[in-house]
Amino acid sequence: MQSNNKNKRELLINHVLLNTAKNIDSNIEESIKFYKREKVKEPTIYIGAGTCGLVAGAKDTIKAVENYIAERKIDAELILVGCLGICSYEPLLDVQLPGKTRISFKQITSEKVNTVLDAIFSNIIVDDYALGQFKNNELESWKNIPFIEDLDFFAMQERIVLKNCGKINRLSINEYIANDGYKSFIKTIRYYTSKEICNIIKKSGLRGRGGGGFPTGKKWEIAYNTPSEQRYLICNADESDPGAFMDRAIIEGNPHKLIEGIAIAAYSIGATKAYIYIRTEYSLAVKCLENAIEQAKEYGIIGHNIFESGFNLDIVISKGAGAFVCGEETALINSIEGKRGIPRQKPPYPAVSGLFGKPTVVNNVETLANVPDIIDKGANWYNSIGTKTSKGTKVFAVTGKIAITGLVEVPMGTSVNDIIFKISGGIRHNNKFKAVQIGGPTGGFITKEDIDIPIDYEALKEVGAIMGSGGMFVMDDETCIVDVVKFFMNFVKNESCGKCIPCREGTKQMYQIFENITKKPSNESQHSSLERFKGITELESLAKVIIETSLCGLGQTAPNVVLNTLKYFREEYEEHIFDRKCRAGVCTELQTFFIDVDKCTGCTMCAKKCPVDAIIGSNNNPHFIIQDKCIGCGNCFDACKFGAVIIK
Amino acid sequence: MSKNIDSIINKFTNSNRDNLIPILQEIQNTFGYLSEDAIISVGKHFDLPTSKIYGIATFYDQFVFKPKGKYHILLCNGTSCHTSGSKKNLTEIEKILKIKDGETTSDGIFSLQTVDCIGACALAPVISVNGKFYSKVDLIEIKKIIKFYQSLEK
Repeated sequence: MQSNNKNKRELLINHVLLNTAKNIDSNIEESIKFYKREKVKEPTIYIGAGTCGLVAGAKDTIKAVENYIAERKIDAELILVGCLGICSYEPLLDVQLPGKTRISFKQITSEKVNTVLDAIFSNIIVDDYALGQFKNNELESWKNIPFIEDLDFFAMQERIVLKNCGKINRLSINEYIANDGYKSFIKTIRYYTSKEICNIIKKSGLRGRGGGGFPTGKKWEIAYNTPSEQRYLICNADESDPGAFMDRAIIEGNPHKLIEGIAIAAYSIGATKAYIYIRTEYSLAVKCLENAIEQAKEYGIIGHNIFESGFNLDIVISKGAGAFVCGEETALINSIEGKRGIPRQKPPYPAVSGLFGKPTVVNNVETLANVPDIIDKGANWYNSIGTKTSKGTKVFAVTGKIAITGLVEVPMGTSVNDIIFKISGGIRHNNKFKAVQIGGPTGGFITKEDIDIPIDYEALKEVGAIMGSGGMFVMDDETCIVDVVKFFMNFVKNESCGKCIPCREGTKQMYQIFENITKKPSNESQHSSLERFKGITELESLAKVIIETSLCGLGQTAPNVVLNTLKYFREEYEEHIFDRKCRAGVCTELQTFFIDVDKCTGCTMCAKKCPVDAIIGSNNNPHFIIQDKCIGCGNCFDACKFGAVIIK
Repeated sequence: MSKNIDSIINKFTNSNRDNLIPILQEIQNTFGYLSEDAIISVGKHFDLPTSKIYGIATFYDQFVFKPKGKYHILLCNGTSCHTSGSKKNLTEIEKILKIKDGETTSDGIFSLQTVDCIGACALAPVISVNGKFYSKVDLIEIKKIIKFYQSLEK
């Protein structure tokens, strides 16, 4: 077995990666085809087992498939893959029979496994569960099954970063190499100097995908030009925006792509040590990375004197301990050094003086995952995709009240409208679109008026939003803007590191104001009304002070949501403050509850559930709510089986 | 116990500052929380005041200073979960178990913690108990889940 593995390794390194063999015999070709999964000898079953898949129940699906294979003594291979990006349809189960294309089934929880597998092994497809088949010209395709690539969700996407996510075995370096992996890295160390790589990336127009949008090539060049005996590369995988999960999907789906990007970047800035700073909560992603690093070491792709190029590289995983602010590069550096994750004064920028005082480049996962393709296909190719100032593609995590939640990778310049309505299938339950928030908790809102703007760093900034890490949170008319902003303020208040007083105390004050305007007044005395009116008079000035006097991106962008919503949704704020109403019915404390006398049967359920004894009435007679006592918790509404409790 | 703490610390041969957080993480992984003894020992190892170690540990959300319950409930409060009703679920759990976010029940069976986002937004609202996920949970589901774990203890 061991010598077999060694043979495979040598075959892949010599014939595919280094391509030194003059003539490729048919044996090798077979092998490559196998790893590319163009030719399988036995039925192959793939299960989407990224975190989203596991939450949807993939663990039970895996067990069911294993049992199925064992019971029927079928020779089949079971492969766990990452996330294909279409999270709403998890758990996904794909089957590839020899000679046939790979077909994907959606929402296959454990009880559906037998039905689907029984059918496909008799060459029948259960139409209700079929999602589509993967295009492959060499294989016979299934009749009457759409191609995955033609589905609305995928047709408008252009996948560079997510290309093989959810398709290939994430634990196999062989499959990555067979799919042209590590080719760019070999090309880099063989034919280019560090400076040339910097220039290629500069020319490609790649900009940081973590939020700031700083030109990546320029950052590398600054670090390379700073004289030092040691330089560091840090990959920022501390993805902590609520609702953004593209970095995790890349790592769980195709970890070697990130390792390759890191290796090229490290070569380009002359770093011999690279850190991957990743959230410890991402336990599956950490496992995938550890496995990938181990394999890359075994294959001699990282280590000492890599393929006799004289280049050394060591990659270390550093696990973050859960602090949103550590996504900021200088805070992240402090955290790796074992200190509190508090941002530093800039300049000096990390590219000049970063980790342990040495020149350090901090790049986001998505940025680095773009690099191998740029080296492979050239700067001009990458430069031709996108808009004037923003090149390439961007991955968005589309979440919220959307029909298909998932990861969408589109060329820059695609309109927000297309992403929401054409790719992601519009608003869930055919509700009305209200707004979309781009860029995580500190990003801005885009309303119907601006929905046609293209995805572009500058265009987004113009309407008050930011690219951020690419979270796209869609809201419908059942979402209360004030409540969402209150949620974000609570988040920012908790995550403020405390270094700058305006951010630490200011966000707390802002949150307090939001508490006041969504709280049920115990009485309408002067004080509580006054507190509420502060909402309108002080929010704006507070926001401006925080923006102007905070050190890092967190404080500088935190009040964006407030300013932005005050501009577009002032009406809704005023309703909360003056009319004491929440039109979406989310701020339950502002609701008034009544009992419909005709519908009430007098079952006393509501009175029993009321925590403040605000409901009176005797058995079998209609009940009544004393408004002065009611705290608006909504328990009576949930308790009533007859629909007699009405919200106004 | 203090012997075990020492053996964890001694695994990291050099006392470079960048080993501090990994050591704290490993101690927490082993014992489930950071005890006073642990923080004092780590301080000695790095030749840093205990207050400094405590300051660093409290900065990060991951570290807890009280033992977790036998069943650790994680409630996701990301944006998607929030708008799909995770707050109601939180109040319900708090009401049933009579503990607040970040606390452990007095019998040590349950503990409750909210997290910002576990990235399963398509299936919101999500909770997990000792790593087992429950998706699209509502108030009725919450009651069932807690009852299930309570029944295991009887």
